[in-house]
Amino acid sequence: MKLSKHGYFYLIWMAIFIAIPLFMVAYLAFTSGDSQSISLANFSLENFKRFFTPMYLEVLKKSIQLAFISTIICFLLGYPVAYIISKAKLKNRNILILLFVIPMWMNFLLRTYAWLTLLGKNGIINLLITKLGFQPLDLLYNDTAVLLGMVYNFLPFMVLPIFSVLTKMDNSLIEASWDLGANKLKTFLKVIFPLSLPGVLSGVTMVFIPAVSTFVISSLLGGNKTYLIGNLIEQQFRYTGDWHFGSAMSIILMVFILISMALTSKFDKDKEGDVSGLW
Amino acid sequence: MVTKHLSRIYTALIFVFLYAPIVVLIIFSFNDSKSRGNWNGFTIKWYIELFKNKEILRSLYYTLIIAITSSLVSTIMGTFAAIGIYDMKGFTKKFALNLNYLPVLNPDIVTAVSFMVLFKMAKLELGIITIILAHITFCTPYVILSVLPKLKQMNKHLAEAALDLGATPFYAIRKVIIPQIMPGIVTGALLAFTLSIDDFVISFFTAGKGVSNLSIMIYSMARRGINPVINALSTLMFLTLMGLLLIIYKRSEKEEEKAIEK
Amino acid sequence: MAKVHTIDLINLSKKFGEDLVLDNMNLYIRQNEFLTLLGPSGCGKTTTLRIIGGFENPTEGKVVFEGNDITGLPPYLRQINTVFQRYALFPHLNVFENIAFGLKIKKKSNEEIKKKVTQMLELVNLAGFEKRNIESLSGGQQQRIAIARALVNEPKVLLLDEPLGALDLKLRKEMQIELKKMQQSVGITFIYVTHDQEEALTMSDTVVVMDKGKIQQIGTPIDIYNEPQNRFVAQFIGESNILDGIMEKDFKVWFLSKEFICVDKGFDKDEKVDVVIRPEDVEIVEEDKAQLMGIVKNVLFKGVHYEMEVQTNDYTWKIHSTIMKDAGSYVGLRIVPDNIHVMRKEK
Repeated sequence: MKLSKHGYFYLIWMAIFIAIPLFMVAYLAFTSGDSQSISLANFSLENFKRFFTPMYLEVLKKSIQLAFISTIICFLLGYPVAYIISKAKLKNRNILILLFVIPMWMNFLLRTYAWLTLLGKNGIINLLITKLGFQPLDLLYNDTAVLLGMVYNFLPFMVLPIFSVLTKMDNSLIEASWDLGANKLKTFLKVIFPLSLPGVLSGVTMVFIPAVSTFVISSLLGGNKTYLIGNLIEQQFRYTGDWHFGSAMSIILMVFILISMALTSKFDKDKEGDVSGLW
Repeated sequence: MVTKHLSRIYTALIFVFLYAPIVVLIIFSFNDSKSRGNWNGFTIKWYIELFKNKEILRSLYYTLIIAITSSLVSTIMGTFAAIGIYDMKGFTKKFALNLNYLPVLNPDIVTAVSFMVLFKMAKLELGIITIILAHITFCTPYVILSVLPKLKQMNKHLAEAALDLGATPFYAIRKVIIPQIMPGIVTGALLAFTLSIDDFVISFFTAGKGVSNLSIMIYSMARRGINPVINALSTLMFLTLMGLLLIIYKRSEKEEEKAIEK
Repeated sequence: MAKVHTIDLINLSKKFGEDLVLDNMNLYIRQNEFLTLLGPSGCGKTTTLRIIGGFENPTEGKVVFEGNDITGLPPYLRQINTVFQRYALFPHLNVFENIAFGLKIKKKSNEEIKKKVTQMLELVNLAGFEKRNIESLSGGQQQRIAIARALVNEPKVLLLDEPLGALDLKLRKEMQIELKKMQQSVGITFIYVTHDQEEALTMSDTVVVMDKGKIQQIGTPIDIYNEPQNRFVAQFIGESNILDGIMEKDFKVWFLSKEFICVDKGFDKDEKVDVVIRPEDVEIVEEDKAQLMGIVKNVLFKGVHYEMEVQTNDYTWKIHSTIMKDAGSYVGLRIVPDNIHVMRKEK
């Protein structure tokens, strides 16, 4: 039976809504002229030249920096959690991981907004600080607040794939390591951690990509102080209206991510992405 | 024993980190004061204000319409597409899978921007139609990724057996294949629904002037600073979510019990 | 105690929740012995092995290793190594690194590690496989690597948990012989767990038959086969005809309404007993020499012999014979006294 024909409608759909638009964006990136009409545009590298100037490179650098740091923090905080939960008794394990997933189901903007209440000038944390007799701190609208928002939002993306790899791990491998004389610490370093690397890698990608391209977290928690590449793109498309420049930055962001993913997937034997790990 | 206590304390701290903001939101939705630091007494006035706010109610309505339509369409399209991709071979299959992965892996903002470009170039007015088209497109890949593993688990000869017994191809899909992959379809549908409800970035770039969903609403309110009405809204959304999860959890518990009894 | 045993299991019990998996087990294992724990699944054999390896703690009782109590000692501090059921080779390491794992933990020098790994690969007939990926190996090869990885640590005892279970029949037979050879050449104690009675009989010095958490019989393979101590052992080891009988007096047993001469004695007068007769011990003879007459119900050709079912007045016999008889033919049966084995009924 030919079942494959059922896929062709979808391929056409995806060509229209995913492939062609990306080509349009690429086209806009390499042209200049009136944004709204393709026929009037001329080939040009102007947009890229404009981006590779210190002011914009600084924004790119900051985006990568913050995304990188938040990925590392997520890893350092998340690995132990994933490990501890994976070692819990089966019944507790399901409840714990469910508890971990629940906040993730809450609207992304609300989760970010919640930190405004905590970090604001009149927020809870400052209230406690002043009650203790100290001067209130500027907790909001800086890079640290943005980092916090990233870690808070994306931590589950790090924990879930690691947890899923750890629970699927064959217990007899751990026993084999003990059997060969490795104590618990050595077993962790030489067997458990290396075997959990595919989970760590997918965690890293799942945190890094949304972190490097976000504009919501930076505009809510960073105010005007933290300006990321996501904010630049948003600005070009929503306000400034320079679609050529906005497209060029989108292409740069996309290429950067595709390259870093190609690099990580080299280390990752397990090519099939595991979306089901989220559930 | 020491490590056991340490790991308990650590897990507890992480959970505090995860839940504290939500708990604070909920508590302060009942605070009779606009400035959030102080507790000025219990009130439900923010809830009343929420239900009087026509804009919020309208965006809630849009959110649901969008989520229901797009999850329905993407579940149907995704299921058939998955059956198709499952049967494809060689280059076509690789191509289809990679095309499917593209919106999953691409940053949201790039996907969103490309939708915006497409709709503008096609002279489609941004509005509810464009949002739904965009949501269908970014939800369907997740449906496919939930259904494909179930197809792989299925016995390859099942459909052939049905045809051998005289079923038409469509009958074989409906009566043999679909029931086998039902769990994957349900997961995919749920995933599509939540992704659509939760989406902000794609909607933000594909919504026109008059249309906004809850996420867009919250974003524009939050940019202006704290608003206790949002706290009230969050509380309601969180409670709805907890209720839904509780029902799902109870149901799966019952199913487990049934499975054990068997 | 004149001589210290390699391992003593003393009053060992293990409960998983409410399930009693091991029930007050006592066993000693001598040096350089090939001992097999044999029994159906769920009989407690694997649990016993895991307790010896240190992966489970007994609920009650002690594990004594060369006279020292090692109960509760973690596996990494025991001079015991294990070959796991599905080999449990580390997929992120190659063949060399897998075998070298234990030596590296012990901080041996690189030259020594290299020398020992090479030796081990020769022992298991896989010289030159150092750089190979674990996933590229066949089941049989993985099996050998798992054995090499354990033996390279020069353990006093090697535990093997159904190591041949995943291999096909031909390879399994080859490996049985090889394992026995290896055990003799390295000269250490092997404790082997299997549910395959043929495997147990082929390789072991001592077989321990277990059922429901209890030892049913300990003995050499020949003892276990020829002198089963109870109905369970008789049924589990090989095929057998088990009949209800009455021991009239010494050397006289009554079953199928007939008196037979046997070699057993020491029973009460008219004690009810189980009579065990192996299928190959029932001879097919001419009518004048027969003790019993029956009709052949069906015949299966099994290569070396024919497998028959013969119906006598009250019992259907399983018979293995090299003589071919058509189904429906009328045959005589004879059992010599040596081949009649009488057991006490279980209480």
